[in-house]
Amino acid sequence: MRYHYFPGCSLKGLGRAYDESLRPVMERLGVELAEIDDWNCCGATAYMSTDHCNACALGARNIAIAESSGPGDIVAPCNACYLALNKTRNCLAGDSATRAAVQKALAVAKLTYTGTAAVRHPLEVLVYDVGINVIKRNVVRPLKDLKIAPYYGCQLVRPHCSFDDQWNPTAMDRILTALGARVVDFPLKTRCCGGSLTGTAPEAGLRLTHIILGEAQRRGADLIATICPLCQFNLDSYHDQIARRWGPARIPAVYITQLMGMAFGLPTEQLGLKRNFLPADKLLAAT
Amino acid sequence: MELGQKIKCEADRTAGFGKAIAAMPGCERLGSCIQCGACSGACPLSIYMDQSPRQVIALVRGDFKKQALSCNTIWLCSSCYACTVQCPREIGITDIMYALKQCAMSERAYPAGLSIPILARQFVRMVVRRGRITETRLVMRFFLQTNWKAAISSWRLGLNLIRTRRFGIRQQHIKQHLELAAMLAQAKNANAGGSP
Ligand code: SF4
Ligand code: SF4
Repeated sequence: MRYHYFPGCSLKGLGRAYDESLRPVMERLGVELAEIDDWNCCGATAYMSTDHCNACALGARNIAIAESSGPGDIVAPCNACYLALNKTRNCLAGDSATRAAVQKALAVAKLTYTGTAAVRHPLEVLVYDVGINVIKRNVVRPLKDLKIAPYYGCQLVRPHCSFDDQWNPTAMDRILTALGARVVDFPLKTRCCGGSLTGTAPEAGLRLTHIILGEAQRRGADLIATICPLCQFNLDSYHDQIARRWGPARIPAVYITQLMGMAFGLPTEQLGLKRNFLPADKLLAAT
Repeated sequence: MELGQKIKCEADRTAGFGKAIAAMPGCERLGSCIQCGACSGACPLSIYMDQSPRQVIALVRGDFKKQALSCNTIWLCSSCYACTVQCPREIGITDIMYALKQCAMSERAYPAGLSIPILARQFVRMVVRRGRITETRLVMRFFLQTNWKAAISSWRLGLNLIRTRRFGIRQQHIKQHLELAAMLAQAKNANAGGSP
């Protein structure tokens, strides 16, 4: 199985533990990730707030480079990238004026957008291309006795996602169960983490982060499993400030790929677990 | 006692504003709103907004441009799309928020004292110049411009980033950044025809 890989800026920066753990886990499962040559920022929400057509041009350049380098779908692990690239695809499919403008812009770089490569999230690839049974077969150190809250965040499932439910997705729940963990019932699994508001408007942003952490605590979770670098950063980085405002809710947040790596028996050092502010001690002890 | 106008009136309208927003990508169904409020109920940030998402839709549709562009709602919107998938009339509320942000950005009409649009501006500038975002640099630049005291009080966060080896200070960039900038200049505001 071969895919074009779009890591996105965050997986090279604050979220590098996601990239570090995704690669060996996918390799173990026979998934080849070929990084898109000279990929650029997806534009995230900031670019869309400024210029619609430019935001689409940014996404289209990445997709066009991938398409020109061979067949295969694109894997985008960051929720914001996944949404931005899928939004680009949908806009270009449905809006001929934007499509014409974007093609004209791409021509400057001698690129053409065809729209043949789908943009997919690792969760979808893991559940539907690799399969739960294959994941289960690779587990050598089950995460037994760990209670994990599956947190998907908002931008994966809404509104462009075709593989899971918009309010109650289950792909990650199924993977966690296959790893031997106990999945905590977590109704806030798609509630917004606060996004960049934790930095720009902390009164509101941190409150949203606190709500997720507090609910995980109330439900007795040992860990929160995440699939987005911004969610993971928010849930992991503001424990001090949150404790000062609303009381402590110190639940470590890790990437699903780190949990898979541990369950697969991959060396801990390869999984970027040392990059957590709040270390996942229970995970390290349990496996 | 100083008297202030409490109710909006005809003179506050900017004729054609609602139609212009509805012509922007994803905003086509604006006119079909039934003011049910499902969007405001679904919105995790509505408790901090000075106009709820439902009210913003009504303002836009009623051509109240000034009020729609100056509320904090459009900037507090985190683009979580909860409203969009909840709306019984399938209105692209998040896209309407984006259209309003684009409009406020191009007219620099955002509320004073709100730093969110400044981050967006710096983000865009870094992408145009380098093709990629280096988060640590972006955040430092943002705090220097908006609230350097906050930068100092987040020293612990900075130390933690250094400790966990995530404090990447070297600017990331793509090889073809000049080509990308030329591309973006070519596509800039290409659908401004619909923009008010
Ligand atoms: S949910 Fe839709 S129909 Fe209801 S008030 Fe909001 S925009 Fe209007
Ligand atoms: S997309 Fe914006 S307006 Fe809609 S629910 Fe989310 S934060 Fe609220």
